[in-house]
Amino acid sequence: MSATEAPGFKLGVDIDNPVMPYLRRDRIPHIWCPGCGIGTTVNCFARALTESGLNLDEVAIVSGIGCTGRVAGYLNLDSFHTTHGRAIPFATGLKLANPKLKVVVYSGDGDLFAIGGNHFVHAARRNMDIMVVCVNNFTYGMTGGQVAPTTPLGPTQTTMPYGNFENPFNLPFLADACGAVYVARWTVYHVKQLTRAMKEGLNKKGFVFIEALSPCPTLYSRRNRLGDGVDQVKYYKEKSVIKNDANTKDVALGFQSEIIVGKFVDRERPTWLEAMNEHLGRVLGERYTPYGVTHVED
Amino acid sequence: MSEAETVRRGKGTIFLRIEICKGCSYCIDFCPTHCLEFSREFNRKGYHYPVLARPEDCTGCDLCGLYCPDFAIFGVRFKDLEKLKPPQGPEPLIPTRP
Repeated sequence: MSATEAPGFKLGVDIDNPVMPYLRRDRIPHIWCPGCGIGTTVNCFARALTESGLNLDEVAIVSGIGCTGRVAGYLNLDSFHTTHGRAIPFATGLKLANPKLKVVVYSGDGDLFAIGGNHFVHAARRNMDIMVVCVNNFTYGMTGGQVAPTTPLGPTQTTMPYGNFENPFNLPFLADACGAVYVARWTVYHVKQLTRAMKEGLNKKGFVFIEALSPCPTLYSRRNRLGDGVDQVKYYKEKSVIKNDANTKDVALGFQSEIIVGKFVDRERPTWLEAMNEHLGRVLGERYTPYGVTHVED
Repeated sequence: MSEAETVRRGKGTIFLRIEICKGCSYCIDFCPTHCLEFSREFNRKGYHYPVLARPEDCTGCDLCGLYCPDFAIFGVRFKDLEKLKPPQGPEPLIPTRP
């Protein structure tokens, strides 16, 4: 069953993958294609959870629909697999009902920005205290490679047989303009940096947005003759430039163009709950009991 | 110095669940010391899995474990491996959720 190069150590008995305790083992192997990068981002997320030192009983993960939407089903945390595009509204409700929770939204680009684009804009505007991880693979993976709001100009998709002519979203710019307090973009190649960004995001209060570029070997790469998943990751390695604190206006992605990665925004703004307590405390005075304050003191 | 002592030994090793590997070659291509290679054999699903072709080069850095999208492979340093196995530990050491 297993190949080990250390005699005397039985895999699964004496030693196990450090990520395994975070996964629902009965659901492994997962359904993601060979060469898909979503598993790598999950790996980074599990390690970020270890490093963040959070109590795992107080972490909840919310996913929408799609390939990345299956993450909630594979992680051994309190998880929520929601309707299409509505991961952020569910997460908002979860956070407000139990302000002690650290709520993480883990979903794909189509779910978060096409079907649920409106919710993303408003959660960022309100600075809701959630962390959003968007795995961007430039296409709708699960439904068969339709053009997504993040597909760059040029590549062929099933609904754009002569190449895409729609202008794509620049996700970090959108998040920054809407008021997210932490915006970072990394690729599946930058595993250490992605882990660090997720750890910082887990410990940051406010609306955190992390974009992780990931290859889609079955639909995006194959249709555009870009090779296998690993060839896309090699492209990320060659063409990505780390520019921390870059102006998010300049980080738009083109087809197989240079990728600017890094931590773009890290600022402080009062979260929705803090703003509500502050405002209502000022207006109503003694009559108002602050809500969810135990979390603020943590 | 005897000949046996001059043989270079790696600083670490890998563990792999062959049956959940999908042969994406992330670990092989991004191993910093290039010590992994595809196996000649297939696993039950028909994928070639990685094998430690040059064990003397493995440092046990666990970058393969960080890259692996299928949670199949991971690396350990021998230093940490020895700590894991107590001299007479009756209970198996399966890591539990922290």
